[in-house]
Amino acid sequence: MFRYIARRFMLSVLALWAIATLTFILMHSIPGDPFTDPKLPEHIHQLLLHKYGLDKPLYEQYLIYLNNLLHGDLGDSLRFREQSVNKMIAQGFPVSALLGVEALAWSVSLGLLLGLVAALNRNRVLDMVTMAIAIIAISVPNFVIAGALQWLLGVKLEVLPIARWGGIEYQILPAVSLGFGVVGGMARFMRTSVLDVITQDYIRTAKSKGLSAFETVWRHVIRNSLLPIVTILGPLIAGITTGTFVVEQIFGIPGLGKYFVNSIYNRDYPLIMGTTLFYAVILIFMNFVVDVLYGVIDPRIRVVGGKEG
Amino acid sequence: MAQPLLSVRDLHVSFATYGGEVQAVRGVSFDVAPGETLAIVGESGSGKSVTMQAVTRLLPMPPAIVRRGQVIFDGRDLLKLPEPEMQKVRGGDIGLIFQDPMTSLNPTMTIGRQIAENILKHNRVSRREAFDRAVEMLRLVGIPNPRERALQYPHQFSGGMRQRAMIAIALASRPRLLIADEPTTALDVTIQAQILELMKKLQEELGMAIIMITHNLGVVAKLADRIVVMYGGKVVESGSARDVFYRPQHPYTAALLRSVPRLDADTSTDLASIPGTPPDLFNPPPGCPFAPRCQWTMKICSRAEPEFFVAEPGHLSACWLHHPMAEAQAQRRAAAEGGVTHGRR
Repeated sequence: MFRYIARRFMLSVLALWAIATLTFILMHSIPGDPFTDPKLPEHIHQLLLHKYGLDKPLYEQYLIYLNNLLHGDLGDSLRFREQSVNKMIAQGFPVSALLGVEALAWSVSLGLLLGLVAALNRNRVLDMVTMAIAIIAISVPNFVIAGALQWLLGVKLEVLPIARWGGIEYQILPAVSLGFGVVGGMARFMRTSVLDVITQDYIRTAKSKGLSAFETVWRHVIRNSLLPIVTILGPLIAGITTGTFVVEQIFGIPGLGKYFVNSIYNRDYPLIMGTTLFYAVILIFMNFVVDVLYGVIDPRIRVVGGKEG
Repeated sequence: MAQPLLSVRDLHVSFATYGGEVQAVRGVSFDVAPGETLAIVGESGSGKSVTMQAVTRLLPMPPAIVRRGQVIFDGRDLLKLPEPEMQKVRGGDIGLIFQDPMTSLNPTMTIGRQIAENILKHNRVSRREAFDRAVEMLRLVGIPNPRERALQYPHQFSGGMRQRAMIAIALASRPRLLIADEPTTALDVTIQAQILELMKKLQEELGMAIIMITHNLGVVAKLADRIVVMYGGKVVESGSARDVFYRPQHPYTAALLRSVPRLDADTSTDLASIPGTPPDLFNPPPGCPFAPRCQWTMKICSRAEPEFFVAEPGHLSACWLHHPMAEAQAQRRAAAEGGVTHGRR
């Protein structure tokens, strides 16, 4: 197990280096620079570039950046004065992560349940109703859901705050809006997966032992159906916990989401690099967690203790 | 025969499909006595597996529909039993083994638990006791180091061992009837023999009846007391294994026996086959299902369904050739072609 983790770690570092390099090249190939502004006199423009070391040859900038990165320093934002990228991520991530986990908790559980119900009632009314809900949940963009919820629960009924960030009452609407699409996706994935499992021979074996329909589903169907789901969970968690632009913007939530988009408009080089690498780290970590989890659910791909008989 | 353990009467099973209704089983009847081995023989699509899945109510309904018939097990009609009662029968009184041991075990559950699950369902025992009995079952089916093996997963077992584990699951609650649906088809030949030996040995020890569904006549010869031959969703011949093997009455049975490769055959002899294809069960022809492929077919064969004729005590055959009016003609042709020798009525 230790060797496996060590190998995975080495590969991850390599992947991060590749991502950093690629992002660096792409970022600098965008025309213009962070201080491009027609109203700015040329000599001040040059001074600014000099101050931030952007007048040095590209390979030199690249080496400086890598050196700082090795020391855990993501640099200072060019747009938000006196703010280090490290600090911005440290402040934004906990908010985005909390919201993401809340959104996933309800949406993944509900999605899996709906998918299971749909599959077990295949081609019956319940299946069609569930799948209709799933398609609506996927198709309606979350800014529409968010707006509708704000209007209904915030303006009309005045039971929940419309926006901003604070205690649990502030988290409900954004978590619901954010999870909506996930419910639909999960339900559809789970339905397919369960349908695949319930036609397997071992389900017939389970029934031949005299197990009831509930016992068969509980002990034999669910666990095997979750295998493909776990695979998509890794990227999903990474994507949602690192913040989403639209929902955080609508509810005025101080999360990470806006930096991903704004940093590119502003050509805020350190922030682009920082958010990209941070997302990559989370993604790689989540995929590692998923692989370990996979081994827990499926003994066939267990990394340790697999004595072949 | 003494009071039968299982008695299937006039069973009709269909499948509703987009193309129409497939009549997979059309009026099947047979009996199984306690402790005996019955082989149901027939080619793919003859309805033998569907019959047994209908008996244990394991067919997915829909699309399957049981149109008519009775399945009397131990005095009760299984087709009319409420589902919770049926669950006690399944795995408790009737154990089942399936064709492909590679896919018939749950890949994410230990072998021991999969056996113990049956024991817990049908017996009042603790989890601990159920596990111990599961280990005992593994020992009984000839798996070495059963205590260690019980904690392993199916992928750590070979094909033959998995089929042994399946047998252990099926027999865990000491059923009175074991239904084995082509238990050796997916195994290689040396393992097949081992599994059959094992089933024979366990039958002697535990005294259960066995219904063996197979298209392998070698398997039949090794195990069966009696044989039911199915074709096109119907029973065409039934009798003791000895009678059916030595004096096949139905032309289909005779053709089936001729198509078995023989060790003592000349190397230049081609393997006999039955020309033609099995009947279309969407739209089954009236009369005998085998008529279009039969070398002795007569006008009546494709018009009216043949009744069962008693060839000798306990040996029945559904063929018009046994009718007194056909007897003389058949014997002449049989003599000329050296084929089926038809018994007296």
